[in-house]
Parts: sequence; structure tokens; C-alpha cells
Amino acid sequence: MSILVKNGRVIDPSAKIDAILDILIKEDKIVRLGEKITAASDIVIDAAGKIVIPGIVDMHVHLREPGREDKETVASATAAAAKGGVTTVLAMPNTIPAMDSVENLELLKKAIQKDARINVQLCGTITKGRLGLELSDVAALKKAGACAISDDGSSVDNAELMLEALKRAGVSGVLTICHCEDKVLSGKGVVNLGFTSTRLGLRGISNASEYERVRRDIELAARAGSPVHIAHVSCRESVEIIAQAKRSGIKVTSETAPHYFSLIENEVLGYDTNMKMNPPLRSREDLLAIRRGLQDGTIDVIASDHAPHTENEKDIEFERAEFGVVGLETELAAAVTELIGEKVLDWPELVRKICLNPARILGIERGGLAVGDYADLAVISEKDSWTAAKESLISKSKNSAFLGRSLKGLVDYTVCGGKIIYQR
Amino acid sequence: MLWTRKDLLGLEYLSAEEIGLILDTAESFKEVSSREIKKVPALRGKTAVNLFYEPSTRTRISFEVAAKRLSADVINIAAEASSVKKGETLIDTGKNIQALKADIIVVRHNCSGAANMLARSLDVSVVNAGDGWHEHPTQALLDIFTLKEKLGKIKGLNVAIVGDIAHSRVARSNVWGLTKLGAKVTLCAPEMLLPPGIEMTGAGTSSDLEEVLKNADAVNVLRMQFERDENTAFPEQLDYFKKFGITEERLARAKDNIVVMHPGPINRGIEMSSGVADGKNSVILEQVTNGIAVRMAVLFLVSQARDASRSSDA
Repeated sequence: MSILVKNGRVIDPSAKIDAILDILIKEDKIVRLGEKITAASDIVIDAAGKIVIPGIVDMHVHLREPGREDKETVASATAAAAKGGVTTVLAMPNTIPAMDSVENLELLKKAIQKDARINVQLCGTITKGRLGLELSDVAALKKAGACAISDDGSSVDNAELMLEALKRAGVSGVLTICHCEDKVLSGKGVVNLGFTSTRLGLRGISNASEYERVRRDIELAARAGSPVHIAHVSCRESVEIIAQAKRSGIKVTSETAPHYFSLIENEVLGYDTNMKMNPPLRSREDLLAIRRGLQDGTIDVIASDHAPHTENEKDIEFERAEFGVVGLETELAAAVTELIGEKVLDWPELVRKICLNPARILGIERGGLAVGDYADLAVISEKDSWTAAKESLISKSKNSAFLGRSLKGLVDYTVCGGKIIYQR
Repeated sequence: MLWTRKDLLGLEYLSAEEIGLILDTAESFKEVSSREIKKVPALRGKTAVNLFYEPSTRTRISFEVAAKRLSADVINIAAEASSVKKGETLIDTGKNIQALKADIIVVRHNCSGAANMLARSLDVSVVNAGDGWHEHPTQALLDIFTLKEKLGKIKGLNVAIVGDIAHSRVARSNVWGLTKLGAKVTLCAPEMLLPPGIEMTGAGTSSDLEEVLKNADAVNVLRMQFERDENTAFPEQLDYFKKFGITEERLARAKDNIVVMHPGPINRGIEMSSGVADGKNSVILEQVTNGIAVRMAVLFLVSQARDASRSSDA
């Protein structure tokens, strides 16, 4: 099986490529890259006028399987991913049961083998049952295929335990991903603390509940000498703390999600529960700090934090509704609209944030388009605009923060492992 | 000025003109309650449903009386006793009431935004009778109506609101309504009971009651609920009364004709002494009377707007 992708603007910052080129794919690898390749192929994709990037590596995705197949499954999430140009995801471990043992990872691996349309990387939990009380066996999780650990959805409150977790993860060569939230500070909060929470009469979540924990986790990582990755950064102080840590040589990386560089707290004023996520939408000042952090490299990665929930869990009173939004199908378009469109990033910089950096941080061989690389790529019409609507989402859950919004950038083809897995 | 909203969700969403229209309409309805036969046919054939998820006596009865004096049929649903306990969602409950061909739902709910959510999902009129800490628009409207009746105007008045501002929907609605109408509002409470960013409404804040009362034309005293919430810092009860209780001694140093309001029910000796509650400056019972006129106006206006939009749709 061979595919020839012709005349696209091929962007791969790791190989310093940004030019109109052809890509020849044989089996699951890129075998040639050059101008006007004339080799015969089974399929030709005309990419003239389009942008060709490595398949997106989304390192923060809740597949919900096993346990909550009513929200999403491996099959539905990876189909949604394919539509969004995403060819690799890191599956967050807060499933039921949680991915805290080899046995449970095997459950997920079976589902992946059966149903996944794209690459799914495994993430174990930091603590058993994500309860923050007893460490999972990180060496065993690694052996079973996990490249990272996280208690996502919760933070490990016990600092001694967290330090030990970071040490052991470092020894095993596994990345520790931190959901930074001090629940003593965030309490029962549901929206950003400030005039917004006051106007809505809802409990607020302070920036401090995030950045105090960011500060702690970075300090612990420095003491452990292990790498740490800060998930879903939403506020300006976190950006500052991470920047400072990077300057002093600590091995910290960080990610933000499209809603934090696209939307602010005002969106919540109508009590739209599709604007309810954790951390919450913040102020304009915070949004600008996130954008600057993306620009100056403080924030390495854009990841969706794809968090599907059923309508029954969302279409209820605001404070009772679940936190979280889906994002696999809109993350690229949000980035094109808000970051490329507003000149925050150029294309090569964006490709670093969504392809190259997450692959490097996870230590996986993806995210590039050089000869010999895996044939994972997305062909994109940059200027095509569309409106996100419930009916257009193929994810099982429709809780998108971008519903009704006009976005730019549509995926024409997604190729994963040398196969076309999505075609517009 | 024409009223065009099918719902009343909060005073934040209204213009000064719209608030003025409600007050004017209330004024014309007030007289109905002093007639021999206390009834007009304005809402004859309409059904109003009081859907109350929190226990409430005075607000529920006030809405019921208001609807009946407009000749509407009234159904009261105390939600604890209904299918809500069986797990029915708020929207489903609302849709069921709508399917009974009700015209207006008056909703009281412990979650902020509950009325907004119902209004968005239903074609019937929705009137917010208090949602969480968010808004209690008819309470603020009756406070403002009473104040205007007593002092002849709202613009330029100094109005103090004293008590637990952070957890008060009455305070929020009063702040929006009064500031829109040009009053100068000062919120007086211990620091921990002032919600963040409230100054952005245009209201001032203070923790010095003596100073605030000196200039006040009116003081609206909120009910203190010390039992409220395990997660929230709260002042000690006696200490609160010492610093923020409205007493005769404190009133003696205020303007002679200062108007004293309270949304009720009063905790005598906690936020207000009995002498003040029953004293010459107190308009607490007049507020209750005016509540009927204000709620008649609201029910009438939202119902009319809904009828108008339905006939233009047809």
C-alpha cells in the first residue's frame, strides 16, 4: 500500500522543513520527501493549497473506556480524533477502574487493540484508585506499556508521597503529569473567583488553587531530579512560575488547552454548562498570559483535555453539572483561528506545540515528517471556515465549548500508520 | 416604553427604563388591593405555577395572592414532595408543567441560574423568585418601590445594605436595581461577607456601620443565617450583632427619617433589635403589602409580552 501526498505545504520543524513538497508513503513509513515525486502509488492525495503537518499528538484525552462507555469509547474517541487530525492520544487513567495496575491496563489494551483507529499511549495513575494514599507500582505500569503517570482530576495532596512518586517515576523513565489543584482552596467552586462568581452567585475557584500547587509540584520535581509535566495551565501566575523554573534549569514542561487561549470567564455569564471546566475559564489577563507563554516557549504543548460527558450530566443546574468539555474535533481549528489567525504563533511554532513537543515529552517516535518517520499526518485547509454544531460532532458526547462558534481550519485527510483513517 | 420580555430573571439584565416600567405598573396595581373586591381580570384564564424547591412562606404566598388578584389560577408545587425526589431534572419538571398548558412558572431554587436555565428551555414565562445567591428580582423591586414611595425618588439616594452580602441574592438584585436607577449604594459587612469584585457594579463597600449610617437615606438589613455553610468563614454571632446589628442607639445618630427595610423573616436581636423592627423608621410591613403590587405588575407584564410574541409568531 502506498500513498503520494502531492504539492502540499509540508511543515516539520524538527527537520526544519517548511516548503511545497511531495511525500511518498509505503506501508506505515514515509519513504521519500521531495519536489515533484513521480513514483507510482496506489493513492494520490492532491494537497495543493493545503497544509500538511505531522499527525497531532494530543497528550490529554479522556477516552472514558473502561467504565463510562455511555460518555465515550475507544472507538468513538479515536474516530473523533481522526476527524480532528489527531493520530496519537495519551489516554488519561481516571477510568473505572482506574489505570492503577497491570491488570487494569490490560483491560484498556484489549479495547484499544479491538477498536482504536489511531495510536493510543497509556498513562497509569500515580496512586492506587487515584486516592492519593498509596503509590501505584510505576515500574510494573511502565512494563505494561505506560509512558506516563497522572492522578488527573485530582492532585496528590501529601507532599511526601508526591516526592516519592516523582523519584520512582524518574528511576523508571516515566513522565509524571500533574493536575495542579489545591482542593482546600478550590473547595466547591465552579467558576473563576472574582466579579464573575459574584455576578453569577456561584462559588469561585481562585488562581491560587492552581498556581500554589504548580509551585509545589515543580519544587518536588526539582528535589526528586525527575521530569514533571504540568497539565492544563489556565492562569498567569502558573505561567510565571513555570517560566522561572525553566530558567533555573528544572525539568518542567507544561500544556494548556484551546479553551484557555480562546475563551474567558464572561462566556459563563449565561450559565452555559459547556463553559464549565476545571480549571475554569479565567480573565482576559490570564488568557493573554497563556498566549504569551505559548509564544515564548513557557508552555510547550497544546492538548485538548477532551472530557466527554452525557447530556444528562451537563443539561442540569450549573453547580451540579460535570466539569469538562470535548475537544478532539475542535482543537486544531481553535488553534488556527485564535493563534495563527491572531498571529500568536506561526505554523511551524504551532506544529511544535501540537505534534513535536508532546511526542518528545512522552518519549515516543511521532510528531515528524522526515524520511523514515511513521506515516502519521494531517492535510488541512487553513482558510475554510465552519461552525461547530452538536450535529457535526462525532464524539459520543456533545459538550463542546465551541458550539455555535465560527472556526477556521478543516482537516481534509488524516493518515495514520500509512492508512487514510479520515477523509472529509 | 413597551415590556418585551417573557421572563424576569434578574435586575442585572434590565435597563433603568424597564425597571421604571415595572414600578409604574405596580403603582397602578397597588390600588386593587384596597378595593372592596380585590380582583381584576387581567390574567383571567391564565395559569400560574409556583414551583418552589426551597421552603418559603412569604414569597410564595405573595406570588399566590398577586396572581389571584389578577384572576389567574394558581398551582403550588413544593418540590420536596414531588417527583424531584425521584430524580426528575429541573428541565423535565418544567416541560411537564408546560405540557399542562401553564402560562407562568414562578420558580424558587437553591441553585444559582436555575431560572435562567428554565427560561432558556421553555416557552412559558419564567419568573425568578430567588435562585441560589444569584438574584431575587421581585424582592429588590418591592424594596425599591417602597423606598420610592417613602422618599419620592431613587436617583441620588444613599442606600446602605447591611449583612451577609456574599451569600445574598437580595443584595445582588438591590445593587443592580438601585445603581441602574442612580442611587448610591454602600454595602456594609465584615470583609469576609463581601463578595469579590462587587465594586464593579458601582456599589461602594465598607466595614464601618457607624460611618455608613451617618449619610444613609435608607438601610436595607439582610437576614443573617449563621448556620449556612460548613466551608465558609463566618463571624461569631454576638460579635456580629455588636458591630453590625441595627439598634436604636445607632439609628439615633442616623438621619431622622432614615427608612429601615428588611426582606424578612427578621431574626430579632441578631441583625436588628426589636425596637428598630417595630419602630417609626421601619417599613417592613409596607414592604410586604407592596410586594403584592410589584408581583402583580411582573406577572402581568411577562404574560402580556409572551402573548404578544406568540401572536406575532402565528
